[in-house]
Amino acid sequence: MKKIKIEKKILSENEKISIANSFYLAQKKVLCLNMISSPGSGKTTILSKTIQGLKNKIRIGVIEGDIQTDIDAQRIKNAGASAIQINTEGACHLSAEQVSKGLKYLPVDELDLIIIENVGNLVCPSAFELGESGKIAVLSVAEGDDKPIKYPAVFAKSKAMLINKIDLLDHVDFDIERAGTDARKLNKNLRIFPVSAKTGEGMEVWYNWLIEEISGYRKTP
Amino acid sequence: MHETTIAEYLLAQISEEASKQNAKPVAAKISCGKLNAINEDILCFAFDAIAKKTICENMKLIVEQKPLRAECKDCKKSFAIDFESIKCPNCHSENFELLPDAPLMLEEIKFKME
Repeated sequence: MKKIKIEKKILSENEKISIANSFYLAQKKVLCLNMISSPGSGKTTILSKTIQGLKNKIRIGVIEGDIQTDIDAQRIKNAGASAIQINTEGACHLSAEQVSKGLKYLPVDELDLIIIENVGNLVCPSAFELGESGKIAVLSVAEGDDKPIKYPAVFAKSKAMLINKIDLLDHVDFDIERAGTDARKLNKNLRIFPVSAKTGEGMEVWYNWLIEEISGYRKTP
Repeated sequence: MHETTIAEYLLAQISEEASKQNAKPVAAKISCGKLNAINEDILCFAFDAIAKKTICENMKLIVEQKPLRAECKDCKKSFAIDFESIKCPNCHSENFELLPDAPLMLEEIKFKME
């Protein structure tokens, strides 16, 4: 028997492409955010509303990741932004290589912000860096306030968390305070935005944060 | 289910090393931090399935889970995070800084010698 030390990162190929993506985006001065949540939390509705709400202020492009169909990319285009759909054909997450290919189909020079809407899944996508500046976790109140403690990885790695569908708070047992406290146990600096993409409640605060993030990103050398 | 993707990367890396060594791999040790959310059974199942009829067939995977560590800002001790009770086990403070989670690593491979 012969033992060979390898000590190599298993995801080094993905990491290499992810670093190349982030270098490319930095050159173009385009902020890129990777949005992660369970299916049905309202990511696409949040994005459609954000595109409409910020249409005179910032130009947004979207990379849509789904297992099948281009329904989401169509919804984004209908909202007035450029979008490219990636079908993972079964895979539960986007890879840096898929994002690298997707970027070629977006008019990057004309954009201020690219949002990657990852495949709906609260576990797997957080393990794959895509070249983003930050992750955004979305949790809807119908899913339950115990998700940050049950699925810690995505909340620990995110820059911000949107708590969506707050218009349903009267109908579900969801404690915003608890979800926030639990999510911040592993991530003290997590920004939390309770919103209803449907009614528009809370969305202005999220828009303002996006604008601040874009200008902060442009100022970093 | 990202374990299937990780199994594919692993198979490629181990097969590459096997052809360099010109030997059959019999076991490999990998390590990963808690936030990689790797389920050992699923990873081994996926690896066994894709390794069939390759040089890695019947190879054993050993997964070492590394705890997520933090440093307490009050008592200055470093500790492993217990997800059932997220606080410093020494002084019970919740004022701590997370240390970077261990990456997914292929640590070593054992080869059969002819």
